[in-house]
Amino acid sequence: MSGANARDSRDLRDARDSRDAQDPRDARDSRDANAQAAHDANTGDVSLREAVAAVYADGWSRIVATMIRFTGGDWDLAEECAQDAFAQALRSWPDTGVPRQPLAWLTTAARNRAVDRMRRASTETAKLREWAAMEREQPPPYTRDGEIPDERLELMFTCCHPALNLDAQVALTLRALAGLSTAEIARAFLVPERTMGQRIFRAKQKVAHAVIPFRVPPAHLLPDRLPAVLHVLYLLYNEGYSDQRHKARLSAEAIRLARVLAALMPDEPEAHGMLALMLLHDARRPSRADAAGELVTLAEQDRGSWDAGEIDEGTAVLERALRMRRAGPFQIQAAIAACHATAPFTAETDWPQVVGLYDQLARIAPSPIVDLNRAVALAMTQGPEAALAVVDRLAESGRLDGYYLLHATRADLLQRSSRSAEADACLRTAIELAPTDAERRLLARRLSAS
Amino acid sequence: MKYLMLVCVDPDLEPGAAEGAPDVDDWVAETDGKGIRLMGDRVRPGSDATTVRVRNREVLLSDGPYAETKDLIAGFDVLECADLDEAIEVASRHPMAWGGVIELRPFWVDGQD
Repeated sequence: MSGANARDSRDLRDARDSRDAQDPRDARDSRDANAQAAHDANTGDVSLREAVAAVYADGWSRIVATMIRFTGGDWDLAEECAQDAFAQALRSWPDTGVPRQPLAWLTTAARNRAVDRMRRASTETAKLREWAAMEREQPPPYTRDGEIPDERLELMFTCCHPALNLDAQVALTLRALAGLSTAEIARAFLVPERTMGQRIFRAKQKVAHAVIPFRVPPAHLLPDRLPAVLHVLYLLYNEGYSDQRHKARLSAEAIRLARVLAALMPDEPEAHGMLALMLLHDARRPSRADAAGELVTLAEQDRGSWDAGEIDEGTAVLERALRMRRAGPFQIQAAIAACHATAPFTAETDWPQVVGLYDQLARIAPSPIVDLNRAVALAMTQGPEAALAVVDRLAESGRLDGYYLLHATRADLLQRSSRSAEADACLRTAIELAPTDAERRLLARRLSAS
Repeated sequence: MKYLMLVCVDPDLEPGAAEGAPDVDDWVAETDGKGIRLMGDRVRPGSDATTVRVRNREVLLSDGPYAETKDLIAGFDVLECADLDEAIEVASRHPMAWGGVIELRPFWVDGQD
C-alpha cells in the first residue's frame, strides 16, 4: 500500500459522517431482545428487521471482502462502508421492500459510499484528486447477487495469517468475517471494549503496514496456512462450547464459518473433517448440562436429546472427507466423535474402533492428551487395570501434572480397580486443578458418592 | 514494498539444529539476480559497536552495543518484495533463518500513521 493511500484513509475517517444510529447489528441483536420485539410488533418492522438480519449473517463478510479489494486494502473504510450500506437498507427497505437481489443492492450501496468518501477526501490534496478522477469513475451498479465476487476465503486467510498473533487472528476473524461488533468480541473474551478495539486496530495496522497479502495462499503454502485457519475456527468453537451461557454465539459463528470454508475448499478433507467434528460435538450440546446447569458426563447424558439432524449431517460430511483418503487430525477426531454420537448407549460404543482411531491420531498428531483419551477407551476394551498402567506411565512422565483430567481419569480407573483410598486422593487433586466451578462440583459429587 | 531484514544470532540454538541450511552465497546470488536484495552486509559484533546519544546538546558515547540489541545483530539486508509472504519466503531461505533468527521490518512509508 502506498503512503498516500494510508493518509487518504485517515482523512476519510475524519471526514466520515457520524455513525448512523441505525446500526445493522442492532437488527440482528434484536432477535433476542423482547423489548425490541414488542416494539417492532407494534410498528410492523419485525419481518424487515429479520430480513436485514438474515442478509447480514451471510452478506457482511462478502461485502467487507469485496470492499477491501475495492479500496485497495483499507479495512476500516471497507467496514464502515459495509456498515453504512446496512444502515441505508434499514432506512430505505421499509418503503421499497426488500430488494430481490439484496446482496447486489447492499454491495452497490457500499461501493457508492466508498467512492463518495474517496471523492470528498480527494478534494484535499492534488494527488488524491488526480487518483479520484483517473481511477474511481462510478462503476455501474450490481444487479444480481451472483455478480458479487466471493472473496471470503481471501478474507479468512488474511485474518488468520501466521504473521499475526493468535489473539489478533481471532479478533479480526470475528470482526471482519463473523461481523461481531468490537463490544461483542470484547464481551466474549472478557476484556474491556477499549482493549479489544486496540487489538483489532493494531491487527489491521499490521496487515496494512507489513503488506500481508489479501489472497488465498498458493498451493505450496497451503499446508502451512490452512491449519492456522482451522485452528482459529476450532478455537472459536471451543470457546463457545466451554461457556454455553455466555458464549454460545461463538460456536454458532464458528460452525457457520466452517461451512463456508468447507464449501469454498471442497477438496480439502480437513476443512470437512473440522466441520464434521463441530457438528458431532454440537449435536450432544443439549445434554451436556442438566436443568440446574450441572455438567453431565457422556455416559450419563440423555442420548434421546441429541440432535439427530446434526449427527446425520456430521457423519455425512465426515464420510465425504474420508473418501478423499488424506486423513488428518480433524477427520480422525470427527470419526471418534461419530463413534460416540451414533452409539445408542455407552456400552454399545465401538470401543475397539475408538482405540484404533486414537492410535492413528497419536501417530500423526502425538500429544499426552491423546494418550490419556486413548487410555479411557482402552479401559473399555481391556479393562481398568490395563488402562491404569498406561495412565500411570503418563503420570510418571509429569507432562500432564497440571491437567485435572489426568487425575480425574486416574481416580476413575483406581475406583474401578477397587482402590478407593487412592482414587479419593486423585479426585481431591483433580478438584484443586479443575478450571471451572461446574467441573469442581461434578468431581465433588463423585468424591461424595465413592 | 521494502523490508529491512535483520539477521541475528540465536544464542540458545541447539547444536545440529541448522543442519541442511542453504548456502549464503547461493542466497545472495539468487536474491540479487531477482532484484529482491537491494543491499546488505555483515556487521562487526557488538564489541566493536559505539553507541551515540545527544543529551542536553552533549554527545555521549558508550563502548559497545545498545543494551537491548546486545550482541544479536550479525548483519542486515534490504529487500524489495511484493508483499510479506514473498519477504517471508526469501528470509526463510537464508541460512541464518536456520542457524539464527531473522526479523523482518517493513519500511515506514511516508504519510503512514
